[in-house]
Amino acid sequence: MITLQINGEKHTIDADPTMPLLWAIRDIVGLTGTKYGCGEGVCGSCKVLLDNSPVQSCVIPVSAAKGKNITTVEGENKNLQLLQESWVELNVPQCGFCQPGQLIAATALLDKNEKPTDKDIDEAMIGNICRCGTYQRIKNAIHRTVELKNQN
Amino acid sequence: MSSIKNISRRSFVRSIGLASGGLILACNTSIFTDKEKAPENLIDFNPNLFVQLNSDGSLILVASRSEMGNGVRTSLPSIIADEMEADWSRVSIKQATGDKKYGDQNTDGSRSIRYLYTTMRQMGATAKAMLISAAAQKWEVPADECIAEKHFIIHSSGKKISFGDLVEIAKTLEIPTEVTLKDPEKFKYIGKHLKSIDVEKYVNGSAIFGLDKRLPNMKFAAIARCPVTFGTFKSYDKSEALKIAGVIDVIEIPRIERPFGALGGIAVVATNTWAAFKGRDALKIDWDYGSNKSYDSAEYMKQITANVHKPGKVSKDKGNVNKAFKNAKKIVESTFQLPHLSHAPMEVPNAVAWVQGETCEVWAPTQQPQASRKEVVEYLGVPEENVTVNVTFLGGGFGRKSKPDYVVEAVAVSRTMNGPVQVVWSREDDIKHGYYHTVSAQYMKASLDKNNKVTGWLHRFALPTITSTFSPGADYAAGWEIGSASNIPFTLENMKVEVGQAPALIRIGWLRSVINIPHGFSVNVFADELANAANEDPLEFRLKLIGEDRLEDTKNPIKYDTARLKNVLKKAAKNANWGANLPEGHGLGLAVQYSFFSYVASVVEVSVINNKLTVHNVYTVIDCGTVINKDTVKAQMEGSAIFGMSLAMYGKITAKDGAIEQGNYSDYQMTRMHQAPKVHVEIVDSIENPTGVGEPGVPVIAPAIVNAIYKATGKRYHNLPLSDYGIV
Repeated sequence: MITLQINGEKHTIDADPTMPLLWAIRDIVGLTGTKYGCGEGVCGSCKVLLDNSPVQSCVIPVSAAKGKNITTVEGENKNLQLLQESWVELNVPQCGFCQPGQLIAATALLDKNEKPTDKDIDEAMIGNICRCGTYQRIKNAIHRTVELKNQN
Repeated sequence: MSSIKNISRRSFVRSIGLASGGLILACNTSIFTDKEKAPENLIDFNPNLFVQLNSDGSLILVASRSEMGNGVRTSLPSIIADEMEADWSRVSIKQATGDKKYGDQNTDGSRSIRYLYTTMRQMGATAKAMLISAAAQKWEVPADECIAEKHFIIHSSGKKISFGDLVEIAKTLEIPTEVTLKDPEKFKYIGKHLKSIDVEKYVNGSAIFGLDKRLPNMKFAAIARCPVTFGTFKSYDKSEALKIAGVIDVIEIPRIERPFGALGGIAVVATNTWAAFKGRDALKIDWDYGSNKSYDSAEYMKQITANVHKPGKVSKDKGNVNKAFKNAKKIVESTFQLPHLSHAPMEVPNAVAWVQGETCEVWAPTQQPQASRKEVVEYLGVPEENVTVNVTFLGGGFGRKSKPDYVVEAVAVSRTMNGPVQVVWSREDDIKHGYYHTVSAQYMKASLDKNNKVTGWLHRFALPTITSTFSPGADYAAGWEIGSASNIPFTLENMKVEVGQAPALIRIGWLRSVINIPHGFSVNVFADELANAANEDPLEFRLKLIGEDRLEDTKNPIKYDTARLKNVLKKAAKNANWGANLPEGHGLGLAVQYSFFSYVASVVEVSVINNKLTVHNVYTVIDCGTVINKDTVKAQMEGSAIFGMSLAMYGKITAKDGAIEQGNYSDYQMTRMHQAPKVHVEIVDSIENPTGVGEPGVPVIAPAIVNAIYKATGKRYHNLPLSDYGIV
């Protein structure tokens, strides 16, 4: 049995310790906001925060998450919520499937960098594919979030 | 309950533009089935299949097409709401199941708005007319003294009543057979910017895609399919698979020899997806690869290239091309080679099915719910009404999810397992077992006279046809795959189009913008080469080649208009500051395409510095007639630029010994954020009929990039992807 702390809640699950965290979150805990896209850590759809660092949950074994705080797109994080508001304001998603991973990557960026440049954003988001091609809106929404934060 | 008023009689059917009928327009019965949860304790008014107004004023509108990023769950219902004068904030959406009663639901071919615009207006207008009648009856005033406005009916005296308060009367009224549509000047939602009605769900993780569907006690399954298309298993050993924790069973899936039938294979059923994947990998299978195992795409390219370097089947022969060539001042010839592509939507193919005795319910991310239903009906041999296909959100489609082979797989596994099952394709399954965009070779030859006028134009192409998926053995392009070569909007007195032989050795399917990808590429690049041969500006040369303002000279009901084509090209050039000086190593390239009845031009700014390509800006202009949602059109153009760029830079699926060599985003790469250009979109104001949006932005991007590279470097690339030239 492994206990996972996801979005502030404890879940004790029966899972093979080598199972990627993604599948424990999706299929055992039942939180489906975190997506499967590639299974080899190259598309970013499965990103979650592990003690505030972005990880590709499809290549991290569930055992590596033991004792750590996992934040998914359903979770609470000030920057995540602000980014979600900007995503809505700029109508960022098309199909929406990759957006949870994009939002988690952007959250990790803003958690560490209060005013990222375009280049900072490119570097932070390089691991996240959007097949619909919403990159321009994602970038604008990150800037918009920073702008709103600075206004308040 | 209340009676069904079937008013699908000829006159009305014709008036709403559904020649085939089949759409029951009016039914005073809930849009919800008994099994579904309708809002409780509310009286509802159902003037037609698409509208349910509840007595609390909440309005439920049906989306009959699939949402895959195309914005259709917002755009179609917004048309109803506009005509109905409803308050958009009171609207929620019910996704239609696959059912002929909704008319055509195939979310494909950039035609949801094109087909349904007028119908949706009728649906809204009917509801509005009945609410006005209800108010008039209640107030005992003439109906023409009443108007509808933002969820209220207002009488000329000033008194008003909410839509919800009229439900009880409205539901007793006869459904009108004729209604008046709004003056477009008065549109409130149509032509404006509406956010996706689902945007909050997308950003908070609550949107349920196919992969997210869960049922009590649902099992997960992964299927081992033969690496070679249509190969089968001879024998297999499941002992290691069964040892994996979580694996429940290993079962055989038969191949179903239908265009959208299952490929067949060995399914591993487990308590979670990962165990199913792991179990599948542990299977030891002896395959019979079958006749397609000789497929080597590099060799195949040589063959089809040879086929276009000799005369083919003539599909168009206008004037006398040979004579034009003979009298030419200058001859230009080029050969183009484009590889297979995979759709690779972010959400892999998947489906949940639950077969219970003689009935079956499916939840699937499908662009074709009716075709999905048909496949299931055929497979199970049960009546249509026993099969329900629910459409989830689609994590991208691009044509892949209009082929429901994965739906039948889920049904097959569920039937054997006697319970709900989700079949999940891994990314590798998706890339290795798709319905691929065709591979193509094209040869073009043209003549210029002493005035640099194009006097002769020969276009030969060979590509495995999509028809081969439906008629095995078909080895020449179908008529509809020829039009985008033979019916180009250029002024050409002497023109010949020939088709070369190209058998299909894998499943061929349509991918976003389809045949316009190869033809849009060759025609736009070749036209640029001709401009260069003529030593003329590519923009001026192209405008001349398109020629005078005219309508297409065919019997097609919708005819292209060269004035609109030239307009988008000129606008794109202007927006890109065509002709201005650019920094060293930079270049602008243009392309223009008429596809899905829309007009799109893109001018692209690239730089090639130290042999490295950067796409800086894309200036796209679209004329798609009447626009329903400006933000969606803009988003589709932004996305099309990235989609087109991915296929230009990286898109290449190859086969060796019959098996696809790529398997994930690591070897079938996509454009990423750091490479993404700024995309500048202009939408032409128009009151023409609405035309395609989802696809027409794609085919211009690759040729515009190639033309821009030529401008920047003097190097001309004829093949894709550009990564093969070492500049990406």
